[in-house]
Amino acid sequence: MASDRIFGLVILFVALGYIASATQIQTSFLSDPVGPKAFPMLIGAVAAISALVLIFKPDPDPNWPGIRTFGAILIAVIVLVGYAYMLKPMGFIIPTVFAAGILSYQISPRAIPAAITGAGLSVGLFLLFKFALGLGLVAFPKGLLG
Amino acid sequence: MDILANLALGFSIALSPYTLMLAIIGCFMGTIIGALPGLGPSNGVAILIPLTFTLGLDATSALVLMTAVYYGAMYGGRISSILLNIPGDEPALMTTLDGYPMATQGRAGDALVLSGVASFVGAFLATVGLMLLAPMLARVAYLFGPAEYFALYLLAFCTLGGMASNNQAKSAIASCIGLGIAMVGVDNSSGMPRLTGGNLHLMDGIDFLVAIVGLFAIAEVFFFIESHGKGSSIGVKLGKVTIPWKDIASTKWTMLRASLVGFVAGILPGAGASLGSFLAYMSEKSIAGDKGGFGTGVPKGIAAPEAGNNAAAGGALVPMLTLGVPGSGTTAVLLALLMTLNITPGPTLFTDRPEVVWGLIASLLIANVVLLLMNVPMVKIFVKVLMVPAWVLLPGVTMISFVGIYSLSGSYFDLLLMVAFGVLGYVLRKLDIPTVPVILGILLGGNMEDALRRAMVLSDGDALYLWSTPISIGLWIAAIAGFVAPMFLRGMLKKPQAVTD
Repeated sequence: MASDRIFGLVILFVALGYIASATQIQTSFLSDPVGPKAFPMLIGAVAAISALVLIFKPDPDPNWPGIRTFGAILIAVIVLVGYAYMLKPMGFIIPTVFAAGILSYQISPRAIPAAITGAGLSVGLFLLFKFALGLGLVAFPKGLLG
Repeated sequence: MDILANLALGFSIALSPYTLMLAIIGCFMGTIIGALPGLGPSNGVAILIPLTFTLGLDATSALVLMTAVYYGAMYGGRISSILLNIPGDEPALMTTLDGYPMATQGRAGDALVLSGVASFVGAFLATVGLMLLAPMLARVAYLFGPAEYFALYLLAFCTLGGMASNNQAKSAIASCIGLGIAMVGVDNSSGMPRLTGGNLHLMDGIDFLVAIVGLFAIAEVFFFIESHGKGSSIGVKLGKVTIPWKDIASTKWTMLRASLVGFVAGILPGAGASLGSFLAYMSEKSIAGDKGGFGTGVPKGIAAPEAGNNAAAGGALVPMLTLGVPGSGTTAVLLALLMTLNITPGPTLFTDRPEVVWGLIASLLIANVVLLLMNVPMVKIFVKVLMVPAWVLLPGVTMISFVGIYSLSGSYFDLLLMVAFGVLGYVLRKLDIPTVPVILGILLGGNMEDALRRAMVLSDGDALYLWSTPISIGLWIAAIAGFVAPMFLRGMLKKPQAVTD
């Protein structure tokens, strides 16, 4: 009940915000009868109506996991965001060891297999991408090897 | 005989040693992708698209490889259904009902071979159906103007929304999320940026591959963190694999009927392979009656959903190739592949680029034979693959997704977007909101708006133009019926949960 209502409320506000920003779209002199605003506003309107339906007629709640699982998922998200930033400046191998290792640990919390998984995936995938598929990956940051 | 000449053209392309090798590699990878729980046809194909793109394959080779993976994944899904009682992908859900009981009775090998043969029959008949039906539909599609296309896109969203979720409001929200995302970027006709919030990265719009990989592959990681990768150990023994001729012979009519049902379900826009296998199983169950013993591990209960599922996979290609409207989640991903390769599906594809279409059809036939040969004697190899634990598999899939998306643009921004889509996918699936309409919205949003605007230019702003021809009126009626009817049928047709493909 509550989950659907909260989600409906979020969607309602996003949809209204979407409509509001669609009204700000600049039209050019090359205009057609519909113009660039109408379709986004239509989408926003349909979303807002559906959100209202969801608020007034919610489904039963799903089984949300406990706080600890949410913590694990949050850690995974942070690791993935960090990985996205690190991939270019740090090369492939080092960030991948950490990202794959931590993800593995979040799925099955055993430190040593997770570490081996991280290292193995990092080196194995690098070899696969670089030599079997010929992608232009950089193994290490440039500064490290001089 | 036009078809034979076209087929000869197709085989002349698909039978070159290089494309044949690609088909075999694709079948092998596809079967593995389908077999691994948590890696279905949609996310498997989605992860591989950016990699195929960077490999620099030409359009036909890329298409051969990916359709082989697609068919292979449909075959592979049954392996984990039968051995683990976990569907390897969504359409294989119905196979668990009789496949696992049969395996626990010590007939795991028989179940695997029988389901492999049923898959072959379904896929083969569907490919033949595709050959016969697609050119005809392509000719009809020439009559479609922008108003009809707008109605057709609407039909796809409505039927998919009606089928894919238990709550119409939720699937409408999902479609709107996708369509709303598709609007971001520079407007095609006026050249003005829309809804970018001044962010330069968003000027080109959001790449649908980023969204697909995020929603399907990255979201899966969060689900495995939630479940801690439990419940993936093989509980049944697989002895020597022999061919159960008796079972195959006794299920031949079941396979034929199930293929027909599956093919028709696959053609309906938005229905897809899950519905195909579901309808095939249910219709065979009611034909067999109470004495049929469905649910206790009977051969017919394995043959029906597998033939239906693979036939629907072929049927779903018909609207995708002729109209550019995908019939399921995976064909939506294949449509993304075509768009990446700069091929526009639609009636003109059949006349302008017959080599692509018929090469594809020929390679489907080849892939199907390869898969049958591969799946019967080599089934033990694929069973070994199931032993890969989730805590190795999922990080690996994540890293491959990152490299694939990174190799598309080389920008960290796409990777961040992909993670954001992963979180969105997790929340949506938790709330029982289907993710396939989101993908469909992102893929078709631009075309849908273009169709509407072109229709309005033609009619000089008269909205009634949208309902001016019998075809478009028919499509509108079908769209409304497809959206509304499941609300009333829900009591009668009780659907298994979590069918999203």
